[in-house]
Amino acid sequence: MTAAISVSGVAKRFGDVQALEGIDLEVRAGEFFALLGPNGAGKTTLISILAGLARADRGAARVLGHDVVADYRRARRLLGVVPQELVFDPFFTVRETLRFQSGYFGIAANDAWIDELMANLDLTAKADANMRSLSGGMKRRVLVAQALVHRPPVIILDEPTAGVDVELRQGLWRFMRRLNAEGHTIVLTTHYLEEAESLCSRVAMLKAGRIVALDATERLLARFHELALAVRVSGAPVPPALGARARGGADGRLTFRLAGYDEVEPILAGLRGAGCRIEAIELAEPDLEDVFVRIMSGARPEAAQ
Amino acid sequence: MTGFATLFRKELVRFWKVAFQTILAPVVTALLYLLIFSHVLEENVRVYEGVRYTQFLVPGLVMMSVLQNAFANSSSSLIQSKVTGNIVFVLLAPLSHLEFFGAYVAGAMVRGLVVGSGVLAVTLPFVGVHFAHPLWIVAFALAGSAILGALGVVAGIWADKFDQLAAFQNFVIVPFTFLAGVFYSIHSLPPFWQAASHANPFFYMIDGFRYGFYGRSDIDPAASLAVVGVFLVALSALALALLRAGYKLRT
Repeated sequence: MTAAISVSGVAKRFGDVQALEGIDLEVRAGEFFALLGPNGAGKTTLISILAGLARADRGAARVLGHDVVADYRRARRLLGVVPQELVFDPFFTVRETLRFQSGYFGIAANDAWIDELMANLDLTAKADANMRSLSGGMKRRVLVAQALVHRPPVIILDEPTAGVDVELRQGLWRFMRRLNAEGHTIVLTTHYLEEAESLCSRVAMLKAGRIVALDATERLLARFHELALAVRVSGAPVPPALGARARGGADGRLTFRLAGYDEVEPILAGLRGAGCRIEAIELAEPDLEDVFVRIMSGARPEAAQ
Repeated sequence: MTGFATLFRKELVRFWKVAFQTILAPVVTALLYLLIFSHVLEENVRVYEGVRYTQFLVPGLVMMSVLQNAFANSSSSLIQSKVTGNIVFVLLAPLSHLEFFGAYVAGAMVRGLVVGSGVLAVTLPFVGVHFAHPLWIVAFALAGSAILGALGVVAGIWADKFDQLAAFQNFVIVPFTFLAGVFYSIHSLPPFWQAASHANPFFYMIDGFRYGFYGRSDIDPAASLAVVGVFLVALSALALALLRAGYKLRT
């Protein structure tokens, strides 16, 4: 089966900044995929290259097998992009905006789908309102509708939930889940890592223009398979055998890294046996945010095992 | 074809929604020129035998309005879309550089021709304008508006800010149209400035256009049309090359 997105050896430089250096990435058709990384990691540059807004210095990018440069017409018809910037054309209403966008993609009569899109994104009441009069969240919904107006099988959302309220976020993801279930491939970038964790089956992490991690979300979490037990004790010194295992804090807080839940009881017993009083206990499980922070700070996932 | 037609229509709707500013205002400006210049010069200046100064002036003003508004349309549409960022909607679409160019130029031509027609329509009741060779009128109006539409595309792509575009308009478009014989025949100029006027492409557009009205011109209209045609091809080639390369549009 042809990959929804295929990127090989893509490099891009802006002046002195090497935005991307040799990216290889494949997103399979039907996937819900997250592209994560700090600001400046190259996520938007990669999306721009796929969308034809930027041109790669080296390498090739394809959408469902169609080269984004040589065969740009088909590549762009198959791709819907929600840009990160909240842009709009102040001359037009919501409906005009969507009709024009539809026409640019060669679809003349598309009102049924435009109505359905507006209904799904709660835009129907604003259909004839000028773009200027919409709130930021409403403008964001129009951007999403514009990206979907030509029913693209591959959808890329560049930080679609930055600065939008909870209701829109949940509504948007419900809609994206439905589109994904109907067979659309969805790629998103986000700074809310819990979103990526709950939605996406695979994750790529970018740092300084390189892919530093690429795996199924659950495997990525499992590679940093680690529990952390934090306790705050008082009353007596911590036994040296336990103290050596823990990272200590000034306020009597100790953090133990555990391989499994069965290590919890012996540690607590050891502390109590030494006469320590346990003031607080916290058991933290790894989430994508931990994985992200550790990968971005340079830890190799494999080395963590 | 739908892509081109939609972008063309978008360009039309864009200026039509602000027609007060994009059509009515330039028509009023041209009428003010006509009022003032004809008042001051009507009795003193005779350019062609049998043609009063005001009659001579009308085609020049009409063509000037066509040219300036064609330029204003494509250039301001592009710079606005670039500055506000909504140019991305067009860039994401599967439009070729030819469709992009064609739609912006066609939109500019319509605006230029609508304003020019407006100026002509409101002067007709007051000034005895002749239409000696209507086909030449149409040919020069189409070519002139297309050239300035294409120049507007080039300027709109090149400019990063509104003031750069305003500079282009004030230091290139306005002087070249004013010095192209809108208000006078270049035969009345000293030899040096006559020669200099021949280097101004706008001169051929206005001179040939005026020939269509009174059958008189400073140079042969066929020669003018040839010069205008070469200029149109050259500018279109430049604009298409910039669009194909994605100059300042695709990074």
